[in-house]
Amino acid sequence: MFDPYTESVLIFTGINIVLALGLYLPVSAGLLSLGQGGFMAIGAYTAAYLTTEMQWPFIVALLCGGAMAGLVGFVVGLPSLRIKGVYLVIMTMGFGEIVRVFFLNFEPTGAASGLGGIATHTTLPVVAMAVALTLLLCFQIRGSRIGRAIEAVREDELAAEVIGINLTYVKVAVFGLGAAIAGIGGGLYAHYATFIDPAQFGFQRSAEIFIMVVLGGMGNFVGAAIGAVVVTVLPELLRLGHAQEWRMTVFGALLVAIMIVRPWGLLGVRR
Amino acid sequence: MVLIQQIVNGVMLGASYSLIAIGYTLVFGVLHLVHLAHGEVFMIGAFIGLQVVLLTGGGVTAAIAAAAVSAAVVGVLVYLAAIKPIRARKGHFLAPMISTIGAGVVLQELATRFFGGEQVGFPVQMDSQIWHLGGVTLTSVQLVILAVSLGLMLALHLFVTLTRVGMAMRATAESMVISNTLGIRSERIIILTFAIASALAGVAGVLVGMSFNSISPYMGVDMGIKGLAAMLLGGLGNVYGAMLGGLVIGIVEVISVAYLASSYRDAFAFFVIIAVLLFRPRGIFGSTDHVEA
Repeated sequence: MFDPYTESVLIFTGINIVLALGLYLPVSAGLLSLGQGGFMAIGAYTAAYLTTEMQWPFIVALLCGGAMAGLVGFVVGLPSLRIKGVYLVIMTMGFGEIVRVFFLNFEPTGAASGLGGIATHTTLPVVAMAVALTLLLCFQIRGSRIGRAIEAVREDELAAEVIGINLTYVKVAVFGLGAAIAGIGGGLYAHYATFIDPAQFGFQRSAEIFIMVVLGGMGNFVGAAIGAVVVTVLPELLRLGHAQEWRMTVFGALLVAIMIVRPWGLLGVRR
Repeated sequence: MVLIQQIVNGVMLGASYSLIAIGYTLVFGVLHLVHLAHGEVFMIGAFIGLQVVLLTGGGVTAAIAAAAVSAAVVGVLVYLAAIKPIRARKGHFLAPMISTIGAGVVLQELATRFFGGEQVGFPVQMDSQIWHLGGVTLTSVQLVILAVSLGLMLALHLFVTLTRVGMAMRATAESMVISNTLGIRSERIIILTFAIASALAGVAGVLVGMSFNSISPYMGVDMGIKGLAAMLLGGLGNVYGAMLGGLVIGIVEVISVAYLASSYRDAFAFFVIIAVLLFRPRGIFGSTDHVEA
């Protein structure tokens, strides 16, 4: 249907939308994370290990990867009750580094030399399905009781607690859910890239996911999805013409320009 | 004695982290934002220092001076191009973080373009003397690193406590609105803050280049992360906390390599941070001043 290049761009766009939505959820409750790359790595390694070494079916492995990342997310989310704002951003960044160093030393998954020979299970229909399900999930959450609780927590924690919202529950749940989605995104990524190593999930990856969400505008999940599309497609568009060599330079400059022109994100509204 | 030697080595490494962390914390103190291109400013300082070393055939003093000046210029440019316009438009508080990431990408790409993408050596010329102080061994390179970094920290301390401009800086960090009404031109203070923060990072670039004898355009990310960790450990906006935080992280790293698993070196610093944050959610010296920012 598409030529291989277009297809790969589409698949990466889809995976990035899933990852961006995975960060959007905690962000919508005011929990910023610069460690999504870590959750992604956990999902990617778990799923890839299960399909290559254990010969588990892809879907089951993918979900296990998500569950594993979600479980770790719950644990990492617990301190977020006390640690706030920039402190939380840097703490999650530290978490991402710990995960990276862990896989760098973890022999069963190839340590520094990476895990290869992963079958290509992530096709365009699979990614499309994953994107659709994640979007549906975000849509459902927004209108639900917990969605409104999340909004209340973001706007004013104290007031939210006073009206009877269980802060611990909301924060930890939303952080864990975001981590689980990042883990599924990681599993999808692993089964498209066919080779993974810890360097692919470092700070740069976390920053990229962070950029998508803020760039799109943090007010709603459509913004996060659009941010993911921009961050994936823009560098590819810059391949056209003579800009090839300068494309990352131009991309960086465009990031600055977009934030100056739309300081609340592409879809964001001033509040 | 071995332990003391390790601590000395840790202080050596940590002093560079401190210099970077001070930059982050100065910027955070004034503007309440995390300047994510700071690691790249550090990297540019290292490369400019290297060019001077290559030109002069190994002059350390000239390299440090050139790195400080060029990093200061780059840092101020990053502020003017990527932070000031967003502040002027009262953007979302995370917007400058994204634009500084963008600026960092640009700096990294420009460095790979002009200086090449590979690791390069850092050939400083210095008569390599070795001192033995009661079981602790120090080379002359190490001594220079220690003297320069601790000297700069002392100079910064004297500057912010004793001079009028330093006091204006502290006042601006305390409250920009009130310092404005008192006649402090906060815009100038901000630019000065960026210049000082970036100059320290530039010097750290040369020091790191000297101690590892290798620099690369990608080292800004790793050192930037360590610097952030050091700032966090001390408490955001606290200059002395950043100094101590950097030293602690340096010592933890060196000791973890010596007594625990060396391959987990980069993770230990973060274990310490998470442990500290669990008990002191705003860092060791953190106050409740800059709550959400």
